[in-house]
Amino acid sequence: MSVRVEGLTKIYGEQKAIDKLSFQVEKGQILGFLGPNGAGKSTTMKILTGYLPPTEGSVEIGGFDVQENPKEIRRLIGYLPENNPLYGDLYIKEYLHFVAGFYPIKNPSARVSEVIDLIGLTPEKHKKIGALSKGYKQRVGLAQAIIHDPQVLILDEPTTGLDPNQLVDIRSLIKALGKEKTLIFSTHIMQEVTALCDRVLIIKDGKMQANDTLQNLQSTFQGEWVTTVTFQGPFTLEHFKKIKDVQRIRQIHPDVIQVITLPGIDVRPLIFKQAVKDDNIIIGMQQDRRSVEEIFQKLTGSDIQ
Amino acid sequence: MWVIYKKELTTFFNNLTGYLVLGVFLTVMGLFLFVFPETSLLESNFASLEPFFEMAPSLFLFLVPAITMRLLAEERQLGTLALLLTKPIDEMSLVIGKFLAAVSLLFLALVPTLFYYITLYFLGSPVGNLDTGAIMGSYLGLLLLGSAFASIGMLASSLTESQIVAFVLAVTGCFLFFYGFYFLSGLPVFFGKWDALVQQFGMDYHYHALSKGAPDTRDLIYFLSVIAIFLLITRFVLQYRIRS
Repeated sequence: MSVRVEGLTKIYGEQKAIDKLSFQVEKGQILGFLGPNGAGKSTTMKILTGYLPPTEGSVEIGGFDVQENPKEIRRLIGYLPENNPLYGDLYIKEYLHFVAGFYPIKNPSARVSEVIDLIGLTPEKHKKIGALSKGYKQRVGLAQAIIHDPQVLILDEPTTGLDPNQLVDIRSLIKALGKEKTLIFSTHIMQEVTALCDRVLIIKDGKMQANDTLQNLQSTFQGEWVTTVTFQGPFTLEHFKKIKDVQRIRQIHPDVIQVITLPGIDVRPLIFKQAVKDDNIIIGMQQDRRSVEEIFQKLTGSDIQ
Repeated sequence: MWVIYKKELTTFFNNLTGYLVLGVFLTVMGLFLFVFPETSLLESNFASLEPFFEMAPSLFLFLVPAITMRLLAEERQLGTLALLLTKPIDEMSLVIGKFLAAVSLLFLALVPTLFYYITLYFLGSPVGNLDTGAIMGSYLGLLLLGSAFASIGMLASSLTESQIVAFVLAVTGCFLFFYGFYFLSGLPVFFGKWDALVQQFGMDYHYHALSKGAPDTRDLIYFLSVIAIFLLITRFVLQYRIRS
């Protein structure tokens, strides 16, 4: 089931929260929605679910227009809102039964047990939601989103605030879910995108900065290789700038420089020779291709977390 | 709608609100009607439930907002409203489901008071010398009044994330609609010319009319319209204020 977004714009008062977003996701794809905080990720997701009306533009899910067919759309999608709101005073089973009640599910009890198993809630299934750890709460949030086996999953920052172990678990869950469904999730964590997504959509201040496959993005932005060199003691920066094929040099620390070249050019031997010639001591040297983090920084002009 | 109804009703009895409301209502009523001599049914020379129906609205004025304050304000505060409104349910069903749960709780509070009626029935001389029609009318009036208070409470609860604010707003609203118009009619502008008309906007006027035992459709229509109007405004608030 495909999700098609056309010229989506949302204006709050004077401020444009999102500005003419257009993109498309197909079944079996995971779309990572990437942007700094306040870029308009949540707003876009709320519009996708039909919770917020767009100022302009349209969203079509499986051929249904979201604004015109709210009831059909709500059956087709599973949504995990920002901050994963839950009722702390309900038991897990009680809560999932409540959510299941909204959908035409034939055997709710069986489905609730199935989802509890699938999501890995079994060890905690007799607890109240309020007594669960953050990781398990997040699982409950995911469980309610998939209780009716939706075709389209929209997850708003599903991994915020989890510890590294929980992160790995939730990510593998998302990856598994993404195989049969159309999955859109937002994040401001880079590794998540590299680990999970087929497509990446980067937005900043509501404007689309990139909409491409991860591979394409990486190759487009692999405009340069970066060699990071760490010296012990003084060195002459000017000499290194004269090395063949070096485009520019950034000094990121009194002892550390980054030598930037075109892709495919390894300048490490030349740097080493120059250092020996100048009697400088190199204690570290590392070559990197431009990472997703840097692509993100370049596109959004902001620091990542 | 019934999903919401069922959940709210279970929540009332899960977090003790339900027991508290029933307990407070029945205890206070019991004290006034059977223990405190001034208002005691047993000390009275007439077999009448009038003291009960005179006092119940004042108690409802606080109890009903206490029941309704949570209903939408808490959903807003927790953020679960975004969750509910992306489920296949429309705003009106959400509002009505919650409203009916509150009304059901009031109904449950009123059921045990039939015991007062039975007591009086046997205290009468001769036995059964009681204006049953007036009592049934009063019960209907009380239930409608409670429901109208609940609809005001729903609106108050939809306007804020704070349950305390919702409570205060609801008590104020209920008070104004119950007594407000009566006091208003005493203003020199209205007095002598329009006072009867102004009084008819108040709930107490219709509540007392119903307690006379001959239900008038006008009183029914009045209460049902008030309920409908407040629930519609609540829906409007959910639809346009929160979701934009």
